[in-house]
This record gives sequence, structure tokens and C-alpha cells, in this order.
Amino acid sequence: MTGVIALRDIGFRYDEHEVLRHVDLTLDEGELVLVSGRTGVGKSTLLGVITGLVPRFTGGVLTGDVLLDGASIVEQPPRERAHLVGYVGQDPLAGFVADTVEEELAYGMEQLGTAPETMRRRVEETLDLLGIADLRARDLRTLSGGQQQRVAIGSVLTTHPRVLVLDEPTSALDPTAAEDVLATITRLVHDLGLTVLLAEHRLERVVPFADRIALVAGDGTVRVDEPRAVLADSPVAPPLVDLGRLAQWDPLPLTVRDARRQARTLPDLTPPAATVSREAMPVLAARGVTVVHGHHVAVREVDLTLSAGRVTVLMGRNGSGKSSLIWALQGTGKRRSGTVDVDGDDPATLAPAQRRTHVGLVPQTAADLLYLETVAEECAAADAGAEAGPGTCRGLLDRLAPGIDADLHPRDLSEGQRLALALSIVLTARPPVLLLDEPTRGLDYAGKAELARIVADLAAEGRAVLLATHDVEFAAHVADEVVVLAEGEVVSSGSPRRVLAESPSFAPQVTKVLGPPWLVVEEVAAALLEVRR
Amino acid sequence: MWGLPRDLHPIAWWSWAIGLATAASLTTNPLLLLLIMGSATVVVMARRSGHPFGRSFRLYVLLALVTVVMRVVFRLVFGGQEIGHVLLDLPEIPLPDWAAGVRLLGPVTSEALLAGLYDGLRLATIILCVGAANSLANPKRLLASVPPALYEIGTALVVAVTIFPQLADSARRVRAAQALRGGATSGVGRLRRFLVPVLEDALERSLALAAGMDTRGYGRSGGASPRERWLTGSLLLAALTGICVGTYALLDPTAPRILAGPMLGAGAVVAVLGLVSAGRRVQRSRYRPDPWRTPELVTVGVGVVVAVLGWYLGHTQVPVAYPGVDAMPYLSPLALVVGLLGTAPAVATPVPATAFVGREVTA
Repeated sequence: MTGVIALRDIGFRYDEHEVLRHVDLTLDEGELVLVSGRTGVGKSTLLGVITGLVPRFTGGVLTGDVLLDGASIVEQPPRERAHLVGYVGQDPLAGFVADTVEEELAYGMEQLGTAPETMRRRVEETLDLLGIADLRARDLRTLSGGQQQRVAIGSVLTTHPRVLVLDEPTSALDPTAAEDVLATITRLVHDLGLTVLLAEHRLERVVPFADRIALVAGDGTVRVDEPRAVLADSPVAPPLVDLGRLAQWDPLPLTVRDARRQARTLPDLTPPAATVSREAMPVLAARGVTVVHGHHVAVREVDLTLSAGRVTVLMGRNGSGKSSLIWALQGTGKRRSGTVDVDGDDPATLAPAQRRTHVGLVPQTAADLLYLETVAEECAAADAGAEAGPGTCRGLLDRLAPGIDADLHPRDLSEGQRLALALSIVLTARPPVLLLDEPTRGLDYAGKAELARIVADLAAEGRAVLLATHDVEFAAHVADEVVVLAEGEVVSSGSPRRVLAESPSFAPQVTKVLGPPWLVVEEVAAALLEVRR
Repeated sequence: MWGLPRDLHPIAWWSWAIGLATAASLTTNPLLLLLIMGSATVVVMARRSGHPFGRSFRLYVLLALVTVVMRVVFRLVFGGQEIGHVLLDLPEIPLPDWAAGVRLLGPVTSEALLAGLYDGLRLATIILCVGAANSLANPKRLLASVPPALYEIGTALVVAVTIFPQLADSARRVRAAQALRGGATSGVGRLRRFLVPVLEDALERSLALAAGMDTRGYGRSGGASPRERWLTGSLLLAALTGICVGTYALLDPTAPRILAGPMLGAGAVVAVLGLVSAGRRVQRSRYRPDPWRTPELVTVGVGVVVAVLGWYLGHTQVPVAYPGVDAMPYLSPLALVVGLLGTAPAVATPVPATAFVGREVTA
């Protein structure tokens, strides 16, 4: 069988480093194949082989053959494959060429020389198909993340490609927007018979939709099989599958519905005791904080207390004011009114150097903090800047992420290591309060577990930690308290057991299966152990 | 009156604006200049559309104002005329011999002030006309209407225009982020802290954009054979040479006349041939191109007529077009027509498809 796209014995290497080897993969018509694996194993490379961006935009040596409908396309540059393969990258905004939604949808067709009447018709059809007709004249930069992602998908659909290749389409989206985008993709597969290849390391939402999973292993080989078969022993697995493995359910549940049905077979478990909220010492007290950008109220009269030794998780839609609040607490972001008090000082009135010793902040793009050529130089500069003893920063780094080569360029670090480096630099100034803006971006399950450990350690040392995230499962693991923002206002706050379990979109998978008060697989594991004993 | 709302062809707006600017450059009559500025402003107010450039007019007004002020201040500082009514007798600052010919301060005459004012007004009017075109027509759409052969260059320019706001955005982000950590605080180190992340970010974005454009078919070769490509290349090269030589000869009176007009003409003809040849191999189409209808013709017509009448005014009614600084300037009926005709597009063109929004609402 040939399929729509077939990879034949694909190998790819940079100098000595082998990324892919002996990869054979056949995609059939109307199939959704999920490419999964740990961060940095070559998921994007595999996608790039099909779009032609690898090796043209990455360098390296590609061997083997790519067949489309039985004809070899491996020699063709991406532009000559544009009418056959549609590609949407990780950051849709970075790939937009035009200004408005409508022009962006037409861009690909213009390049292919499609007749004007056909273009007009396809733009209208695509607007309807993706449910973005009301956005047609909008400036692409003013759209929300989910809308941008749907426009990006639409803009490659207009050329009627045979295969749609998506690189982490939901990684930057809040849970609801991600559901929207995934629903759209599923509809394309079902209604149009489009073949979709989708890379993702946050599996919990995608797995139910996948026909097959291509698991990229660390050694460059790719294993392709039914989701159940792959997930049975995959190193990356959603909590649902972890739960299934733990309870030895057979077949392995892939959807919450399956799992709920099988959960009836579980023995009676003692629910985890509600954690008694300890009396903690408040370190940062914010009262009535309001942030206004132009005419847009980003944060409206928010009260927030961060206490020593506690981790507060800030959640909410994209654009609900999480970043604005974080920057206002740190003092750099201008607040319109309200007070922020850290150790009796208002960080907004302090000089940057003193601000750093009060509140530490790791921004969304941790790379913005880094500017030197080696990890060692970065650490030395951080020590000098914070007037800390030499080796302070390196010591922190070794605790957070041991074994990073001091001569490496910060850009060559993995996502998680780079975050650890940025975190160590910020912590060198010994702030009692630590703010993290979307730290889980680009981290796989192992990376997130590592980050959860780091955050717990920092809190145990008596720091107050606030972190913003979309990742419900991560929040369930680390949070002592959850604050949900909407339209710049606090809509709910309290213990994760209350806040997360209450909300349909923020409930973690384990809660969805077993109901409150269960939050994470580890609790179930402990309870099971108790029963079996 | 001109039918359904739609955006006017950008070339029509630019022709109109250039016509007004031409007329403005051919006079120093402050009344006429103010009238032209007024017409441009009226049209902008009536017909600017919702695209981001629609908000740029205020900036141009500010720039025009600064120009006038600067012009007058320069006249004050560098003095000039000695004859005339002295308004303010400032002492002249003696300068060394090598600066002979340059005067600093000295008596301020009403004549010098007025001359500066008129001159400044003329420049300001031209700036305002360009600003009007910019806020009426999206410059990106103008670039998109270039002939197919120049499409690649047009796209490169569009991308460059888009990069600037992004660069500003990334600069702001990096500046804020760098304040979160210690490190070099002065000199090269500080510059490096700022520049390295911004440049790395810009590079990454550019690569992402290039990859995005490539996967969507930008720069597909179409069906041109090497022979055709060679022909197009040589035609364009010959045209460029011809135009360069012709322009040089035209500006240098000692060059043989045969090199001036004829060479320039020949160069232009070959250039057109080259563009046509290059355009033929391009397999590209345009989505909803702006139509060219009566309102466009009227708008261009208004621009041309204003320019021609302005030129005619300058030749036949010198005292009106270039009033002396010793008498009150006045307008003739012809000058009035030149000044007011420019407002015609405010009613003769359709309402823009997207209405102007005064302030940006960020989502």
C-alpha cells in the first residue's frame, strides 16, 4: 500500500548527531497521525522532512525518499510542494505574511496562481469551515491565540493540500481555545478526508482524536502503531493513561468516558485528605491592583496575597491579564491604582537593582534574559550583578538542573535547562517572592515533573511563588492555591481541590474520571497502595 | 453618491496627493498653501479607512508643524537680510574668518520672518500631502499593486514594513526582561545586553517567516526556461544602464545631447519590455484586486488638474503665486480653484470599506 505520503528509510543527521534513522511511515487518506516523543527528539524534524523545510532551512544530511502518491518529492523545495502539503508552525503569528484574515487566507492561492473566482469562493468556504467569518477584516495581530491558530490552519487549507502538517498547534493555547482548534482539526479529517500529521507533547487532549501515534524514540527510530499499543509503554503519556497503567486496566482508556466506565472496577479508595491550609506569613500583599493599557483594562482591582512557602497558580484565558498582573506585582508594569507591598516596600518605587532583591520574575520568553555566549559567563554576570559571591548562580543552577556543561551556549540548552538557567540568574539576587510567567511552555511531561520539583523546593525554602500557566495538570501538581482570572478580574480563588475541580475546563483528567477531590495520579497510586496493603 | 463602500485604489490616492504636492511646491502664497493643506485634511477626515495607517495622519500634522517652526527659527538664528523692517534688534555674534558668509543672530526683520514662514509652509504642505496619501491608502496595498515582475521586491518591502512594529515590540520585551537580572550596566556591555536578544529574536522571526512563506509557495519558479530568464535579465540590465546614462546626460549640460533625451527614452522602453517579459513567466494571481473605476479616474484627474493649474498660475500670475514679503498676499479666482479643487475626492469617492476607528482596542 502506498498511502498519500510515504517516508522510505528516512535518515537525518547533523555532523555526528543522528536525529532520525530508518524511518518508514505511511500516511493514509483521511488519517490523523500524532507524532509524539520527548522534547528535542526530532518531532519537528520528522514534520520538516515532509514539508521540505528539512534540510533546506536547518542544514544537515537527509537520506531516504519521500513519496507523495507514489512520486518522489524529496528533491522538491517547500514552495513546489505548497499545493500538496500545508504546514502550520508553532507560532502562527511568526508565519503570517498579510495584514488581515482575508488576505492571509488568499496568500497561498495567489502564489499558486489560482483563478480569482476560485480564490473568492474558497476564501468564503474556508471562513465558514473554520468558523472565523466574523473575523475576516480583522488585523491578524489583534486576534487571540486560538483565533490566530485557526486562521493559520485556514490559510493553508485554501490551497486544498492533500496533507496538513501541524507543529504543536495547541501548546500556547488555554484549555478552551485548544479544544476549539482540535475540534476544527478533527472536523477536517472527518469531513474533508484530509490527512493530518500533528506533533504534540501535551497528549491529554489529542490522544482521543488520533488514529495512530508515531512515537519518536531518543535513538532516532520511530514506532508507529495504534494509540493503545504505543501508549502502553510510551515514555510520554497523559495522566489518563498513567491512571490506566496503574490500575492495570485493559484495554487502556484513551478518553475520559472510557476511563470512567472502567473506574467502577476500582476498589473503594480513601480520598486524599483536604490539605489543612497552614497559617503562612504573607510576603507580598497586593490590594486593588488595576492595570490599564490605553483604553483596555487589563487588570481590574485585584487583591492577592502571596505567602512564604506557598505556591499560587494563576490561570485564565489567553489575554485575561495574567502577564499584566505579574509585571505589575514585580513593579516594572505600570499600575493605575492599588498598592503592592513586599517587606514594607512598594517594588514600583524601587530602583531596578533593589526590585530584583524583592521580587524575582522569569518572563514568558526566558531567552530574553540571556545575552552571553556560555553558561559560565551568564552565571558570572549574574553573580556580579547581584553582588553575590562567585559561584552563587552556578550553585543554584546545579541544584535546579545538575550537570549542565559550563561551556555550552545558552541557545543550545534544552527548553527546560534554559528555564533553569534563567531561574538561577533571577534567584541569585535572593528575592523572597518569585513570579514565573508561563514556565511550562515547551516542556514535556518529564520536564514538567522536574519543574514541579524545583518549584516545590523553592517554596519549601520559604519563598512565595506565583506562576501563571495554562497547563491544568501541572497546576494540579504544584498549586497550594489557584487564582483564576477572567477579563482582568479574579473569578475564583482557593485551594486547587476546590477551584480546579469546580471548573469544567480547568479540571484535570483524574478529577474528570474519579470526581473530586482526586487531582493527580500520584494520589490514586498512594490510595491503591494503601488498599492493596 | 458613488455607490457602495469600498477602498479606493491606492494609486489613485497617491496620484491625487502628488498632484496637490506639486501645486504646493510651485507657490509660496501662504493663503493658497493653507487652502491646499485644508483640502488634504478635509479629504483625510472624510475618507480615511480603518487600517492601522489611517491613524498616522496626526503624526504628519505634527511633523508639518515642526517644519514650519524650524524654518522660522533657522531664519532667526542665521539672520540673513539686513534690509527691511527690524522687529527685534539682536546683537550679531562675531564669527571667525573661516565662517565667512554665515551669520549668527543679528537684527530680525519682518521680511526674513515672513520669508521663512512662507518657505516652511510650502514644505509643510508637501509633507501633509504625503501624510494624507499614507493615511488614505494602505502603503502595503500600494506595494501589492506593483507589476508582477516586481512582485518579489514588493513583498520584501511589505515584510520590511511589518518588521518594524515587531522589532519595537521585541525591544520593549527585552528591555523589561534585562531589568530583571544583574549584569553589565554601562558601555558596550549594556548595549550588548539589549542588542543580542533583540537581534536573535529578529533572526528567529525572520527564519520563521521565511519558512512560512516558502511552505506556502512564495517564489515558485513557474515555467520559465533558462533562455527566458536570461532574456529578461539582460533586458532589465540594459534598461538600467540606459536610464542611468540618460539621467546623467540630462543633468550634465556638457554631455552630448544625443545621450540625454533619446537615451533616457530608450532606457524606459527597454525597461517596460523587460518588465513585461518578466511578468509573463510569473504564474500568480491577485485576490480581490482593487478595481479601477470612475471615482479613481476622478481622483487622479483632480490631482492632475490641480498640478497643471498650479503650474499655469506660477507662470501667468507671478504676484499671486510668489507674493512679496512686503505686501499682503492675495488670491485670484484661479488660485482659489487650485486651492479648493483638491477637496473634490471627499465627496467624489466611495466611503471606505472599513470605517476609521479613532483608538485601538487591543484584545
